[in-house]
Amino acid sequence: MTTDERIIVTATINGEERQWLSSSRDSLLEALRERLGLTGAKEGCNNGNCGACSVLMDGRLVNSCLVMAAECNGAEITTVEGLAQGDQLHPLQTAFLEEAALQCGICTPGFLISSKALLDWKPDPSEEEIRFWLAGNLCRCTGYDKIIRAVEKAAEEMRS
Amino acid sequence: MVATPEKPTYKVIGTRPIRPDGMDKVTGRAEYGADVKLENVLYGAVLRSPHAHARIKRIDTSKAEALPGVKAVATNADFPKPDAGSIDLGEGSANPVWLSENMLAGSKVLYHGHAVAAVAATELHIAEDALALIEVEYEVLPHVIDVREAMLPNAPVLLDDLRTNVRAKGADTPKDVPTNIALHMRIEKGDIEAGFAEAEVVIEREFSTSQAHQGYIEPQNGTAFWNRDGQLTIWCSTQGSFAVRAQCSALLGIPESRIKVIPMEIGGGFGGKLTVYLEPVAALLSRKSHRPVKMWMPRADIIRATGPTSATHNRVKIGAKRDGTIVAAEVNLAYAAGAYPGAPVGAGALCALGPYDVANQRIDGFDVVTNTPKTQAYRAPGAPASEYAVEATLDELAEQLQIDPMDLRLKNAAKEGGTNSAGQPWPRIGAEAVMQAIKNHPHYNSELHGEDTGRGVALGFWFNGGMESSSSATVNSDGTVSLILGSIDIGGSRAALAMQLAETLGLTLDDINPHMVDTDSVGWTGVTGGSRTTFAGGWVAYDLGEEIKKRVVERAARMWNVEADQVSYADGTITGPDDDEGKPRSMTFKEIAKQLQRTGGLIAVSATSRRNTQGAAYAGHIVDLKVDRETGKVTILRYTAIQDVGTAIHPAYVEGQMQGGVAQGVGMALNEEYFYDSEGHVLNASLLDYRMPVANDLPMIDTELVEVPNPGHPYGVRGVGEAPIVPPTPAIRNAIYDAIGVRMYSTPMSPRHILEETLPRED
Repeated sequence: MTTDERIIVTATINGEERQWLSSSRDSLLEALRERLGLTGAKEGCNNGNCGACSVLMDGRLVNSCLVMAAECNGAEITTVEGLAQGDQLHPLQTAFLEEAALQCGICTPGFLISSKALLDWKPDPSEEEIRFWLAGNLCRCTGYDKIIRAVEKAAEEMRS
Repeated sequence: MVATPEKPTYKVIGTRPIRPDGMDKVTGRAEYGADVKLENVLYGAVLRSPHAHARIKRIDTSKAEALPGVKAVATNADFPKPDAGSIDLGEGSANPVWLSENMLAGSKVLYHGHAVAAVAATELHIAEDALALIEVEYEVLPHVIDVREAMLPNAPVLLDDLRTNVRAKGADTPKDVPTNIALHMRIEKGDIEAGFAEAEVVIEREFSTSQAHQGYIEPQNGTAFWNRDGQLTIWCSTQGSFAVRAQCSALLGIPESRIKVIPMEIGGGFGGKLTVYLEPVAALLSRKSHRPVKMWMPRADIIRATGPTSATHNRVKIGAKRDGTIVAAEVNLAYAAGAYPGAPVGAGALCALGPYDVANQRIDGFDVVTNTPKTQAYRAPGAPASEYAVEATLDELAEQLQIDPMDLRLKNAAKEGGTNSAGQPWPRIGAEAVMQAIKNHPHYNSELHGEDTGRGVALGFWFNGGMESSSSATVNSDGTVSLILGSIDIGGSRAALAMQLAETLGLTLDDINPHMVDTDSVGWTGVTGGSRTTFAGGWVAYDLGEEIKKRVVERAARMWNVEADQVSYADGTITGPDDDEGKPRSMTFKEIAKQLQRTGGLIAVSATSRRNTQGAAYAGHIVDLKVDRETGKVTILRYTAIQDVGTAIHPAYVEGQMQGGVAQGVGMALNEEYFYDSEGHVLNASLLDYRMPVANDLPMIDTELVEVPNPGHPYGVRGVGEAPIVPPTPAIRNAIYDAIGVRMYSTPMSPRHILEETLPRED
């Protein structure tokens, strides 16, 4: 049986400093969902294959199910709840709505975060680059067509 | 879009507004089953069988119960013995005895991953620790995975009391001995012997398909709170809240009226979330602990223990004239049901020859239990396997007869006036329109260049569902209408149903507020499955709109002191006869809504629809691909999906259904399968090894919407979700032949299987 220690973790989550008592066995995903009440990041597989739990950790795209909560001490985390700024949706959120790039919506938070990481790194990706970048995010509803188009549209919007 | 001339002009239908549930889904606020937040909640976990087939000799849960933090442990003994019978799940049904044993195993485990016991604890990690403390003594039994082996007389028998139910006229009556064959069914039309006697060419082929999983990204989940007054509340992600209620009632032995099911957002289902898995187990644990219990399934358990579709083995024999007229067809389908009977072989049989009118035909189907997870519905359940066999055989027939594959299909197309395989007459259907649209499509007529590239086409058919749906609507004083839906919204039905109500009332989508509610708050409604919701729910929305119009007209007549038949309603405006001063009487919907409360009260209506005029759906696909002879990998270069969609209520969502169906079909065709070792263990229970298509596996998926309005619906709606999963497998198979001259007879057509066919054999 694994030992279960309690650890105080302090991290900046969506711009706000949060402190919580974590189990040494908690992943970042578990901490977000079960300790901090931020259920936007989803569990689809819990082993890094589906991307539904994608978040940004210090600006880097990670599967939050593969990061231990204890590793996040001092980190800056961005989840889907932190994408919109005030009254303004992120251009990716608007494009996903306008292009009907979601059906059931369970993979959407992961795709939005992953796409943001892509556009932060490369504002003008080709279709092929978008497809390869998003290959770590599974969607079973859309066949990806409208997701790719939404990312292309958001990229264009953000460049103008 | 290709619209038939009689299509009326609509204001809301055919537009592409943003979905009402969209904002919550892009901001992370949408609440799915696993997002339920309850005070004092416990977390549940399930212990599963390490064996494919074994007798449970002893279960000792005492050490698990003693672990600090553990509040309850449950086994099948905690379920009351259910009554035999049948629970209707919309797409298929469930036998309560087998359902109970599938929730938590009875005296035997029947597949690797079969649930055995469950624990609730204050933290999930503690519950998982406790599972390791449960002692189970097994007596391992011989197992059988393959459907043909399971049909052999000497096969290991899964269910001792199972006998073959024969629903096939003229078939042999089986002996009264234990068997794995649960059902032998047959549908027949014309004279099969006379048909083959007439044939100038006869072609016979055999095909097998692998088990494929629905692959929804959201794990199964269920949260339950069994109050001390006996009232049970269940939160879950399901395709049918009323189906969950019925199943839990049968399994737990309490009346449906004591159960409230609260449907949360659902993260994909594709047929796999009609049955319960965790909900009744969470209920048992809650009853014991007096606390709410929340459960969700680990991905490995989803793959091992929730419903894949059937693995199948099928034979097709077709007789034709030299001019391409098909005079006889014989189809034999053997579908693996998994641990308990219920493979979708009946639907597979009805769909096998769905796009065609074949005068003489006989279709036999077998439902066979195997030591694999109990299969569940998966998008057009049963149809992809049977139609793949027929579509692939037709491609070979076209080659033999030297006829264009689309001309062969057009010559035999099902059409109004003909009959389906069960002998029922076809109403207006779009089979021919879709075939013609393929033939005329620039993709079909373009030139294909490059080494080892090929093109394939195939048709797909699904009969669609009708069944019962309920909703209610309230006119608010601000001129909006609240629409309370019984249907689960799995991918856009709040929008699609609200649009149909808006159209009926002459309002905009913004004027309608659709809501998905619990089972105590709306009339009984069947599952969201079988591509029935936009059809049946649309009928209800139309009926609600017509009733609201009638009452609004009556109210206006009373306000104006005129007869109701002097008042009319059009485009959201109520018009009456001129007043005494000769001025026209007119009010908008918004104006009268404001006055309802003080002129006799607000208007609230409810409606139920039980119509079975859903009309069939036809899909036709064209695919270009390239085969890498070195690796066996198939790359899809171009894909066009054409479909008769009746009327596209929200064209972007219709396209989305078609594109999603194609992607699942491509996965089924090229990669998705279960690997079993010699002991019957599933070896690829992860989303890395169970390989579903990712973004860079696919090109853009072009769509062409053909609109042949369904005469059985006020707006011509036909279900659109299921049909597009059918053509990809045969279209890809036919294209692989075009590319490298190899005919594949099994799925998936993965690199390994392609190399097995193309590399020289070492004999």
